[in-house]
Amino acid sequence: MTVGGLSVGIETAPARRGKRLSPMVYLLVAVGALLVLSAVRALSGATDLTSAGTVQAALTAAVPLAMAALAGLWAERAGVVNIGLEGMMVLGTFGAGYAGYQWGPWAGVVFGLFLGIIGGLLHAVATVTFGVDHIISGVAINLLAPGAALFLSKLYFADAPGGGQKQSPRIEDAAKVTLPGFSDLMGTIEGKRWFFVSDLAGVLRGLTTEISLLTLLAVVLIVATGWVLWRTPFGLRLRSCGESPSAAESLGVNVLKYKYLAVTASGAFAGLGGAFLAVSSGQYRDGQTGGRGFIGLAAMIFGNWRPGGLATGAGLFGYTDAMALRGSNAVHALLLLLGIALVVVAVIQYRSGHNVLSGVAAAIGVLFGWWYFASSEVPPELVGAAPYVVTLLVLGLASQRLRPPKFVGEPYRKGHAV
Amino acid sequence: MRNLTPRSVLLGLAAPLGALVFAALVCGIILAATGNSPIDTVDAMATAAQRPRTLVNSVNSATVYYLAAVAVAIGFRMKLFNIGVDGQYRLAAMLSAALAGAAFMDNLPSFLRIALTIAVAMLVGAGWAGLAALLKVTRGVSEVISTIMLNAIATYLVSYLLNPARLAETTAGSNNIGTAKITEGGQVPGFEVSGSTTKVFGLILLAAIVGVVYWFVLSRTKFGFELKATGLSESAAVASGVSVKKMVVISMLLSGAVAGLVGMPQLLGASYTYSLDFPPGLGFVGIAVALLGRNNPVGMAVAALLWGFLDNAANALDISGVPREIVLIMQGVIVLSVVVAYELVRRYRVRAEQQAVGKALGRTKTLEEVSA
Repeated sequence: MTVGGLSVGIETAPARRGKRLSPMVYLLVAVGALLVLSAVRALSGATDLTSAGTVQAALTAAVPLAMAALAGLWAERAGVVNIGLEGMMVLGTFGAGYAGYQWGPWAGVVFGLFLGIIGGLLHAVATVTFGVDHIISGVAINLLAPGAALFLSKLYFADAPGGGQKQSPRIEDAAKVTLPGFSDLMGTIEGKRWFFVSDLAGVLRGLTTEISLLTLLAVVLIVATGWVLWRTPFGLRLRSCGESPSAAESLGVNVLKYKYLAVTASGAFAGLGGAFLAVSSGQYRDGQTGGRGFIGLAAMIFGNWRPGGLATGAGLFGYTDAMALRGSNAVHALLLLLGIALVVVAVIQYRSGHNVLSGVAAAIGVLFGWWYFASSEVPPELVGAAPYVVTLLVLGLASQRLRPPKFVGEPYRKGHAV
Repeated sequence: MRNLTPRSVLLGLAAPLGALVFAALVCGIILAATGNSPIDTVDAMATAAQRPRTLVNSVNSATVYYLAAVAVAIGFRMKLFNIGVDGQYRLAAMLSAALAGAAFMDNLPSFLRIALTIAVAMLVGAGWAGLAALLKVTRGVSEVISTIMLNAIATYLVSYLLNPARLAETTAGSNNIGTAKITEGGQVPGFEVSGSTTKVFGLILLAAIVGVVYWFVLSRTKFGFELKATGLSESAAVASGVSVKKMVVISMLLSGAVAGLVGMPQLLGASYTYSLDFPPGLGFVGIAVALLGRNNPVGMAVAALLWGFLDNAANALDISGVPREIVLIMQGVIVLSVVVAYELVRRYRVRAEQQAVGKALGRTKTLEEVSA
C-alpha cells in the first residue's frame, strides 16, 4: 500500500468482483474459531478465555478502538490518511471530561464529538485545502492536541471539585442494559463447563449482560457506516475520491467537498472514540488514550478497510486487552492461539502457492507454540504489544489480500488531474 | 538547485518566519482569552533567556533534537517516513546503557568504552529500523504503519527489559528503576560554562559531526544524489538505474543508526543510566524540527535551538503563573502552520516560474500587440 510515499515492493490484490464470501462462511469461521478457543480453554484450563467477564471487558475495550478504526476508514476511503487519530481522540477525552462531569455522560459524548470535529477540520484544512502531506499534518496534530488538552485541563479541572491538573472530576457512566432472562440462562449453562456449549454460553452471556448504551451506539454506527459508504450514492462518490479522484472529478463529483466531509466525519468518530473511553473509565486523564488511535488504525488495516473487518480487528485487539487484565494464565493460552492462527495462515498461503511466505508463517507459528510449551507464563509487560505484533504479522504475511483505497495518501488539487 | 538571489532567500525565510509570527499570534489570543497576560508571558520568557542555566539547557536539548531531526530527515529526503525514530532511540539507549553499565566494561580504556556504547546504540537503532525496511522491500508494507507498530512494540519491550529481574536494578531510596549506573570511565565529560551549574553536553561535537556528514553525503556524493532523486521522482530514479529497494534499505538503516545516537548525549553526559524517567517522545520532536528546518543541516540546527529554548523557557512560565502547556500549543501551531506556509510558498514559486517562462517565450501578448 502507499501512504503517499515510495511504491517499491508493493503488491496489492486486484479488485475481486462477485466473489464476496457469503454470511454462511463467516459464521463457519466464527464457529471454527470458537471451537479452537474452547479446545485451548480445555487444554490449558484458562477458563477466562471464554468467560462472560472477559467478553464484557473485551467489548468495553473494543468500542473506542472500533470508533478510532471507523474514523480511519472514513478518511482513508476518501483518500486522506489520518494518523492524527490519536490527537483527535485526546481532544475527545478532554471534551467528555469537561462536559461530562457537569452535565452527564451524554453531554460529554456530544462535546467530545464536537472537539473531534474541530481536530478533523484542522486536518482537512491542512491536507485538502493546502495539500500538506497527510502524514506530516497528522504528526503535527498529534503534537498539538495533547498539549492543548493538558493546557485546558489545567485551566478547567485544577479547581473543580474532585478534579486535578491532569484529570477531570468523575463522570457518571452511561446506562447499561441486560437482556432479561436470557442472560441468567446462559449463566447457568456457562457454569457447567461443557466443552464448546459452555464456551458459547459464556460468550453470549458477555454479549447480553450489562451492555453500555455506548456500546450499542457503536454497533449502530459501524452498521450505519457500512450502509452509507457502500449502499448509497453519497458513499459511492466518497469512495470514488479515494480510488480515483480525477475520474470522480470528470463525472462532476465535488472531490474537495467530499474529502472535507469525510475528514470531518473522521474527526467526529475519533472524538467519539475518545469520549467513549473517558466516559466508560469514569473520568478524563492525561495520556488516557495510550496509543489507541494507532491501534484503531491497525484494526482498520487488519480489517482490510471494511467496516465488518475493522469491527473484527477491534474486537480481537479489545480481547487481548481484556486478557491482559485477567492475569497471566489466560494470556499464556493466547500464545497457543497465535501459533495455531499462524499455522492456518501458513496452510492458506501454501495452497495459494506462496511457499516462502508459508514457510515463514509456519516457522513463526511453531516458535509461538514452542514458547507456549516451554514457558509457564507470559511476562505481563509484553501482553500489550500483542495488537501491534499481530498487525505486523498480518501485513507481512497476508498483505497480498489487503486492498487499500488506491489513491490514499496522494495529494490532490482540483483541476490538476493525474 | 536554485541560485541564491535576494528574492529566493526572502521567499525561503518567509515561510518559517510567517509561521512563527502566526503561532505567536495564536498563542497570544489563547492566553488573552484564558485570562493570562501575553505581555507577562513574553517577559517571563525573556527573563529566562538571560539566565545562563536556561541557555545551557537549551543547547543541550537542541543537541538531542538535532540528532533526532537528522535521523528523520535522512528518510524525508527520499520520501521515506521514519516515524519510528522514537522507538529506535529508546530501545537503543536502553540496551547500550545496559552494556555501558555492565561490570566487565570497567576494565576497558575510556575511549573504547564510549565508542563501544555508541556503536551498540547505532546498531540497535539500525536493526530496529531495518525490520521496517525489510517489511517494505519484501512485502511492500508502508513504513509509516510498520514504524508506528514498532514504536509501540519497543515501548513494551523496554518496559519488559527494564525490570530488576532482567537488565535493571532498583535505585536506592526511590522507586525508580534503571540500568546499572555507568561509572566515570564510560561517561563523556561536558564543557563548563561560567554562571551555570549544568555543563554543555560533550557529545554536542557528535551532533556537529553528524550534521556535517549529513550535509556532505547528501550534497557531495553519488549516494546522496540518488537518495534525493528517488525522493523527487521514484520512476525517474528507477529509469536512471537506481535500485530503489537498495536505497530504501540503506537509508532506513542509516536513519535508524542516527536515531540510535539520539539518546547518547543524555545517557553519557547527564543521567548515566536508562531509567523510567529517561526523556520520551524525542523522535516526534525530531519530526517537528526536521519539518521546521526543511531537512537542511543548518535550518534544522536553528529549529532545534528554537525548540530547545521554548522547552526550557516553559519552566520559567510556571513560576510566573502561566500554564507551561502554552509552549506545547505554540510548538504544535508552529509545525502545522510552517508546513502550510511552505506549501503556499512552493505554489507561489511554481506560479512565478510559469509566468517567467511564459514571458520568456513571449506567449503573453500585451494589449497593444493584440490590438495592433
